[in-house]
Amino acid sequence: MGFDTAYEAITEESDDQRWAFGTGFADPLAGVDTAVPDGISRADLGAYCLMLGDDALIMSHRLQEWLARAPELEEETALANIALDLLGQARLLLTRAGYADGSGRTEDDLAFGRGVTEFRNVRLAEVRDADFGGLIARLLVFSTWRLALLDRLRGSADPVLAAIAARAVLELTYHRDYAAQWLLRLALGTSYSRDRMTAGLAEAVPLTAELFLDSDLELRLSPRVAVRPAELRAEFDAVLAEVLRRAELAWPGGPAQPAPRGMHTDQLGPLLDELQSVARAHPGATW
Amino acid sequence: MNDPGWPLYEVFLRGKRGLNHVHVGSLHAADAQMALRHARDLYTRRNEGVSIWVVASADITASSPDEKDPFFAPSGDKVYRHPTFYDIPDSVPHI
Repeated sequence: MGFDTAYEAITEESDDQRWAFGTGFADPLAGVDTAVPDGISRADLGAYCLMLGDDALIMSHRLQEWLARAPELEEETALANIALDLLGQARLLLTRAGYADGSGRTEDDLAFGRGVTEFRNVRLAEVRDADFGGLIARLLVFSTWRLALLDRLRGSADPVLAAIAARAVLELTYHRDYAAQWLLRLALGTSYSRDRMTAGLAEAVPLTAELFLDSDLELRLSPRVAVRPAELRAEFDAVLAEVLRRAELAWPGGPAQPAPRGMHTDQLGPLLDELQSVARAHPGATW
Repeated sequence: MNDPGWPLYEVFLRGKRGLNHVHVGSLHAADAQMALRHARDLYTRRNEGVSIWVVASADITASSPDEKDPFFAPSGDKVYRHPTFYDIPDSVPHI
């Protein structure tokens, strides 16, 4: 075999005998120039990567709360995989944010060292799920929106953001498919499961309109670096309409009071208490 | 057992350089499409596979342990069935 460490054992590209453990792991940022291109505001790029990273970090944490509570063992692993995908996106984006804005803050500084008012995630990412139907509705809305967004960011003038997006698009495509499959099963299952799915959608709807609000930051950075959220609405509506048509459900209307990024529900504070509990108890601790 | 839950499926994976699908385990799923997705989530997390087969465990016909001897023992002394009675040229590797 010819490897000295466990890590080499799973990264050994030429070793075809160990296929059962997987080979050929790739770094999404391999070969990418990390310098911020000329003409891009470092502060703006940092703030943009921060909010995209916060979306992934907070959504990931809510998904992790399903571990040991999922209805089936297989679903628990599926949700853990999705949470890990988003955590990976968050780590890359927060690292980019701390580098771009010149503050030198690491991913850990940003994830564990900020207070609730400094988080820039959308409210959809932070709300608790009442049940599995609520989770599926929220995950479908979140991943459909984020896929449309990161798909366009593959063309960003920031090479790091573009590389992160290129990897994330493959992950989000699966997340969206996972949520859509479950929405169909629940909606077309029993009258009980259909009611729960409908209730879940009704919970997610009021938090959807604000996903498409343009902010000054995004207007300054688009179209070269960022995407205007309003541009995503048509694709989002088309995807949701197709899923709901097959599920024989209607998009529940209702009044929405869109809140800009930075506004939070009272559910983010307790989430951060748990997310940051170890870092607060042992500042600066390392493994 | 009042509720047997979802039926069992067997999972077969082919690795990047593997030529054939290999049985890797089993899982529960409501139907074959769900089984395929569960297999992706349970058995390809560490980059193991590029192709998945799933088959309902109930659809597998297996040889019985009771028939083990009549099934397999007769081949135990038929060494002439192996192509070992001629020399392999040095220029032919991988045999």
